[in-house]
Amino acid sequence: MCSDPGQELIGQDIHDHNLNRIIVAACSPHLHEHTFRQAVATAGLNPYYFHMVNLREHDAWVHTDQKAATDKAMDLVRAAVRRVKWHVPLEPRQVPIHAEVLVVGGGIAGIDAALTLANAGKHVYLVEREPTIGGHMAQFDKTFPTLDCAACILTPKMTAAGSHRNITLWTYSEVTQVEGYVGNFTVTVGRKPRYVLEDLCVGCMECIQACVYKQAKVPDAFNLGLGKRKPVYIPFPQAVPQVVVIDPDTCIEFKSGKCKKTCVEVCAERNAIDFHQQEEVRTIQVGAIVLATGFEVFDAARVPYYGYGLYPNVYTALEIERLVNASGPTSGEIVLRDGRKPAAVGIVHCVGSRDEHTNRYCSRVCCMYSLKLAHLVKEKTGAEVYNFYIDVRAPGKSFEEFYNRVAEEGVVFVRGKVADVYPAGNGDGRLILQAEDTLLGMVRKFPVDMVVLSTGLEPRRDAADVRRLFNIGCSSEGFFLERHPKLAPVNTFADGIFVAGCCQGPKDIPDTVAQSGAAAAQALALIDAGVVELEPNTAHVIADDCSGCKTCLPLCPYSAISFVEAKRAQINEVLCKGCGTCVAACPSGSIRQNLFEDEEIFEEIDGLLAHA
Amino acid sequence: MAESFEPKIVAFFCNWCTYLAADLAGTSRLKYAPNVRAVRVMCSGRVDPQFVLEAFARGADGVLIGGCHPGDCHYQEGNYKALRRYELLRRMLNQMGIENERFRLEWISAAEGERVKSVVNDMVEKLRALGPRTSARRKEVA
Repeated sequence: MCSDPGQELIGQDIHDHNLNRIIVAACSPHLHEHTFRQAVATAGLNPYYFHMVNLREHDAWVHTDQKAATDKAMDLVRAAVRRVKWHVPLEPRQVPIHAEVLVVGGGIAGIDAALTLANAGKHVYLVEREPTIGGHMAQFDKTFPTLDCAACILTPKMTAAGSHRNITLWTYSEVTQVEGYVGNFTVTVGRKPRYVLEDLCVGCMECIQACVYKQAKVPDAFNLGLGKRKPVYIPFPQAVPQVVVIDPDTCIEFKSGKCKKTCVEVCAERNAIDFHQQEEVRTIQVGAIVLATGFEVFDAARVPYYGYGLYPNVYTALEIERLVNASGPTSGEIVLRDGRKPAAVGIVHCVGSRDEHTNRYCSRVCCMYSLKLAHLVKEKTGAEVYNFYIDVRAPGKSFEEFYNRVAEEGVVFVRGKVADVYPAGNGDGRLILQAEDTLLGMVRKFPVDMVVLSTGLEPRRDAADVRRLFNIGCSSEGFFLERHPKLAPVNTFADGIFVAGCCQGPKDIPDTVAQSGAAAAQALALIDAGVVELEPNTAHVIADDCSGCKTCLPLCPYSAISFVEAKRAQINEVLCKGCGTCVAACPSGSIRQNLFEDEEIFEEIDGLLAHA
Repeated sequence: MAESFEPKIVAFFCNWCTYLAADLAGTSRLKYAPNVRAVRVMCSGRVDPQFVLEAFARGADGVLIGGCHPGDCHYQEGNYKALRRYELLRRMLNQMGIENERFRLEWISAAEGERVKSVVNDMVEKLRALGPRTSARRKEVA
């Protein structure tokens, strides 16, 4: 029915039989209500005379008893037939769209979406929580399967985003409030004080040199604590913006107020350091929002038998990324915490993935990055490298070839989940990896110097708060929920809000960039239309029936109901979002909701139960 | 004859969470009892207590309201309004002799297709044990 001939058939029937109500009993209204309303409108009938009955998702697909399912279908259609007689012609509300776009998250997904939008001439606010953009990709050394250097392909994009005339970049900032609706969002952004004035700092980093701390002492988050930084720092050399940050938790001036402030002295000319900087709050108007808030690396300490945090030579994969990186804490040398070079390395796949005690889902990227790390470790150290895997998942362009290449390089693959990691106990500092080799059908023990845990990808810890802020949903594992897994993969159920990258689910860089392009295109399509049509499902008051009891006033979450001097409630239809809670509460029945009139719902109930 | 009794449940599912969860149950081809018929409302807060009374008056054996989890309402707090009304209405229904098991409010998010299945199946099972609600329905199955 939803195809062209089906729609034409509906139009033809409207003409031939002079029809004035149309019901389609097929799939979910979330899928094709819009399609059929348009078909009805094309045939000259008001689209809101149309109603859709969900016989597929709610009936045919979920029941096995054919007779019972058919009875249910009859009830549902009967209910709709009785409902539509109360339908009235309506007009969709049209509202103008703000042409600006907000992109939340400055990883590769956010950067790419922002650049695409900005290149199309749209003004973009790119908001990032950390002091620099770049996200997780900036921490990676090489990227699979091509082995091109992550920084070499990312940093030009970071610089482009930082200097683009259409991008307002707010780092060290967080969205604190979102109001409004598609095309007309009012967003509040809190800009944390970095105690350095962004406009004045040129990134010369002399203040870092001059800091009274001669040695860097604070564990450096960018290098996952493998390196050290000073209280005044820049997250990494290619950070964008090139502006230093002062960490008030470790800076002596903040702790005691008695520092010599050598940083201020050295910056006397520019005077960019301001210990009294306060959080700034900015409010912006945007028409569309792209969420690209990324992922959290699974905390390996949650699998205690792998000994992360207990044995110093158990590392996470991200830590190894920093160790193999030439600009990392060891300048690219792979050395153990005690300074030894590893002669044998065990890479444990699926840590925090495909495991019913942690996460059941596959994190999609770990197999490939494990292969990449195996290659890099072998290349740099010549060590014996073992990969312990459940299945090697290499389903991408040139992935399988890369797997074969790594296997040919002599990396050993052991099919089995590692059950235990423990010290060899003979004083040589080695660790024993115990795993059942499921191909040999026996338990094997591997002495290694270094264990690498291929940790999975998880939703951000505050993903639930963020999704509430933006009024979108989550799938069961906590990643943001797309509107349709196949046909609307970057849309959400909140119109005008799009998702890109790992906040929607684990994915690699190519997929992330493809998705951020799609999200940007969707945002462009929305704002270039200039106006947006809103469902006319708002509530309104029949003034003559209103007794002025004010029951409805405190119920409205949008303060859309006011009490006017004639002692009657009045609803501002621009503010009303059509939840209908005031309609349900009105004792005199004087509040009505378009598309969900009391009569319509009563008829549906009666229709469903006509044969009860 | 109690085995042959098939309870009829009228459900009110909010557009953003439970209705979508039921859609997901469909696309995932989960199977559950065919005794439930859903009416779509934009929010569980739209469920007027009169809708529930109407359903019982017209012979429903049970009424199920499905909304978003607390804190997740698409309209911020409509589900809390639904909860308030539900608690009051349940007491009233109780005084009218309608057992608690016949009137349920469940929070089912858009990702919980599995929960639609378990809630509906559980409710059907309990209503089967309870038997038909109206005397007319009792005669029908007797």
